[in-house]
Amino acid sequence: MSLHRITLKVNGSTEIVDVPGNWTLLQMLREKLALTGTKNGCASGECGACTVIMNGDAVNSCMVLAAECEGAEIITVEGLSKEGQLDALQKFMIETGGIQCGFCTPGVLLSAKALLMRNPNPSEYDIREALAGNLCRCTGYNRIITAVQKAAAVH
Amino acid sequence: MVVARKEKTAGPVGQSVLRNDVLEKATGAAVYTDDIQFGPGLLFARVKRSPVPHGILKKVDVSKALALPGVKCVVTGKDYPDLMGLYLKDRATFAVDRVRFIGEPVAAVAAVTEEIAEAALDLIELEIEELPAVFDPELGAQKGAPLLHPDLENYVHPNFIFPEPGTNISNHFKIRRGDVEAAWPKCAAIVETKVRVPHIQHVPIETHVAVALADDKGKVTLWSSTQSPFAQRAMLAKTFHVPESDMRVIATYVGGGFGCKAGVTMEAIPIALALKVKGHPVKFRLTREEEFYTNFVRQGLILNLKVGCDKDGNLLAMENTMYWDGGAYTEYGVNVTRAGGYSSTGPFDIPNVKTDSICVYTNHPSGGPYRGFGMSELHTGLLQVMDMLAEKIGMDKVEFLKKNVIQGGDTVATGMTMHETGIKECVDKVAAAIDWGKKEAPTAPNKLRGKGIAVMWKAPAMPPNAGSSAIVKMNSDGTLDVSIGGQEIGQGTFTAMAQIAAQTLGMPYDAVRVSGPIDTKYSPYEWQTVASRLTWSMGNAVRLAAQDARQKILNLVAEAWKEDPKDLDIQDGVVISYKSEESIPVKDFVVYGLPKENDQGWIGGPIVGTGSFMPTYVTGLDPETGQGPRAVVHYTTGAQAVDIEIDKETGRLEVLRAAAAFDVGKAINPDLVAGQIEGGFVQGMSSAMFEGAMLENGVWRNPSFVDYRIATTMDVPPKIDAMFVETAQDDGPYGARGVGEHPMVPTIAALANAIKDATGVRITNPPFSAEKIYLALVDAGIVK
Repeated sequence: MSLHRITLKVNGSTEIVDVPGNWTLLQMLREKLALTGTKNGCASGECGACTVIMNGDAVNSCMVLAAECEGAEIITVEGLSKEGQLDALQKFMIETGGIQCGFCTPGVLLSAKALLMRNPNPSEYDIREALAGNLCRCTGYNRIITAVQKAAAVH
Repeated sequence: MVVARKEKTAGPVGQSVLRNDVLEKATGAAVYTDDIQFGPGLLFARVKRSPVPHGILKKVDVSKALALPGVKCVVTGKDYPDLMGLYLKDRATFAVDRVRFIGEPVAAVAAVTEEIAEAALDLIELEIEELPAVFDPELGAQKGAPLLHPDLENYVHPNFIFPEPGTNISNHFKIRRGDVEAAWPKCAAIVETKVRVPHIQHVPIETHVAVALADDKGKVTLWSSTQSPFAQRAMLAKTFHVPESDMRVIATYVGGGFGCKAGVTMEAIPIALALKVKGHPVKFRLTREEEFYTNFVRQGLILNLKVGCDKDGNLLAMENTMYWDGGAYTEYGVNVTRAGGYSSTGPFDIPNVKTDSICVYTNHPSGGPYRGFGMSELHTGLLQVMDMLAEKIGMDKVEFLKKNVIQGGDTVATGMTMHETGIKECVDKVAAAIDWGKKEAPTAPNKLRGKGIAVMWKAPAMPPNAGSSAIVKMNSDGTLDVSIGGQEIGQGTFTAMAQIAAQTLGMPYDAVRVSGPIDTKYSPYEWQTVASRLTWSMGNAVRLAAQDARQKILNLVAEAWKEDPKDLDIQDGVVISYKSEESIPVKDFVVYGLPKENDQGWIGGPIVGTGSFMPTYVTGLDPETGQGPRAVVHYTTGAQAVDIEIDKETGRLEVLRAAAAFDVGKAINPDLVAGQIEGGFVQGMSSAMFEGAMLENGVWRNPSFVDYRIATTMDVPPKIDAMFVETAQDDGPYGARGVGEHPMVPTIAALANAIKDATGVRITNPPFSAEKIYLALVDAGIVK
């Protein structure tokens, strides 16, 4: 498989990466950039564990080819906190008990972050809808919804 | 001067302290097995699987696969014919001469990339002579059914498992108590029914991952996403003829388990390959599709139930015949059958009981542990029958349940005396939370509204001698490390253990470090992270270890101060004397000791406390009657109630209110208990509304999240009223008993009972999909 050289911004930092043409953004993040916070739960766009923000929108990174990311701006879970200061979403996910096994957490955080970026005052329904593609088997979801509501309130 | 002995500060037990694992998890720093970097020497495994449900494996030709550039090795059943299993050794790493389910591993390839390994699978040639298959456990249990395991009589098992060689029955658990035949004529009402519960899948968001490395001497290291590092060490060491101490299992955070990462499922496969390519780590990661059909499933169950009561609602007799669809290999599933058997009455006091709990081999995916370990399936049938009986004699359902639920001092159907339990209080709490007895108006004219309730019990299901151990190490910076072998799988056990250690020692919660990975080489032994047993069993070990460290600290200071240790205490990290009012921070001496007077040397040294716990009081049961003094350590009981609505136009079920209460003995961390209750309710609700394997001649038709839907943010009720009561457990740390599995156990029955209340129609068999409910409403003439 021939390699493609792409230049993109990940968590504010410019990266130059050589990736095979059949690699996904998820593979590139985990295997080339060692950003293993982004999780692989199904590799087919069904569970939301690999959600990252690409050019302002939440995407399933397993469904985006790395080669499509030339010039893109990507935010992953590693990019949410700034200089040790947690994002409000992270803070409230911790405080409300929205995290159990933690495997869906990065995807949940990024879906919620994208929602708050485009809609700073979401209704409860807006939040539930924005997170409908992020499967969680542990928490039963309501604490996650509460965390996003609290984060929206201080956003 | 003697100062008054102060009331001990409250301490962290019973407080909703913040979890100690979530900062890592919220920032992406938490390491799961797939995140570990192994460098360029890493090889990737893929598995060739049986395409047929049952057949004789005549030939496996791997020569073309071996010749593919990039392939480093290929292994088959001939390489590793040893049988393994947790309770019944009936399964080899790969099929040897017979395949028994679609997806069964037949061979595995290790290659330099996953793509090459996958491509090599197509080059492996199989020759299989198909055999008639068994897909129904009730039929499969009959004599004359196609036999899956002709060698059953040779399989090794403990003395509490009862296979019937010459049949497909791999375990038959019986209770014979009182005389059911004599009791039926005394019953004013009898309900007899058959309930079918489908297979479901755990679907943790993290699929199984394992990486194996063998060194040139054959010592193996396995990094695995597991609930059971020590059970894996024991089973895999035997399978591969390696001493246990040379089989090292390292387990990082687990991305959800729910039972499927207990025991061994796929972890032998990378070891089988790694032993042939020594020095190369070999990674095997299940795809989501493989996770569906090759991982342990929750067995399907067919329940034939007959229960009777007198005119006042007193339960008189129960006959319960359960056929468990154990699947192709029942190494773990046989014990689900046993648990379903000894708990088969549910939390009820019934004087006459006849139970047959039968595990049957079928050509379906292998059954295994699933959160609840047989109890959700059993209660799905049993608690609907209780609802029907109450209706039949015209009694309020809450009153009926309260009249019959088991109480401290009652005799359990296995002969054990029940300990004190607050199940009646749980019933009252959930009934009040949804305004039981008050008929609610539907929220729209096209809707039907109703309420349902169910109770439950569950005991830890495990070998009688499942043990726990812990080590407490004091540090010179005021912290302490607690080493344990139990796994953090999301339930919060690292946090609960830190609370118990802090409380026992007199140290602040924030001073306690509990972290992974669990490493069988360095972590103390723990049987498995299953059965809701850690808070109780590992909690006991941690408490003992902390007590040991505490006593050593007090003895040392007493010696230095020439005081009696009884006059000393540790509060908030400081040793104080109630007698002399002296004080000294623990950190000042727990590593470097204390100087003797006049520079005459030192006393003390690094303080380490150890603790071990194993229940020694669980007894065997008579194989014919199921009677014995103590079948289990204890039961956690509870209740759930729901207020629901059905849309007549679509059949869609919506849960408006849900309430759950369990007797947890002592809530070490009330907020974490509530988290288990909420998450468990939603998992139970999801299984009730959406989930079921569509198995058609052994083919799993819905092995993806699109076709096998689980509950999402859009499906859950806005509020789940999570409550608990605390009747202290005499053998638990601070009175605690487990609650991890229990919250999903009564949910299917509670929802089925609510559907009946709303519509007048009884739909016994989950899942209660919109389609199924709608068609039932059409059949009943409720909608045209």
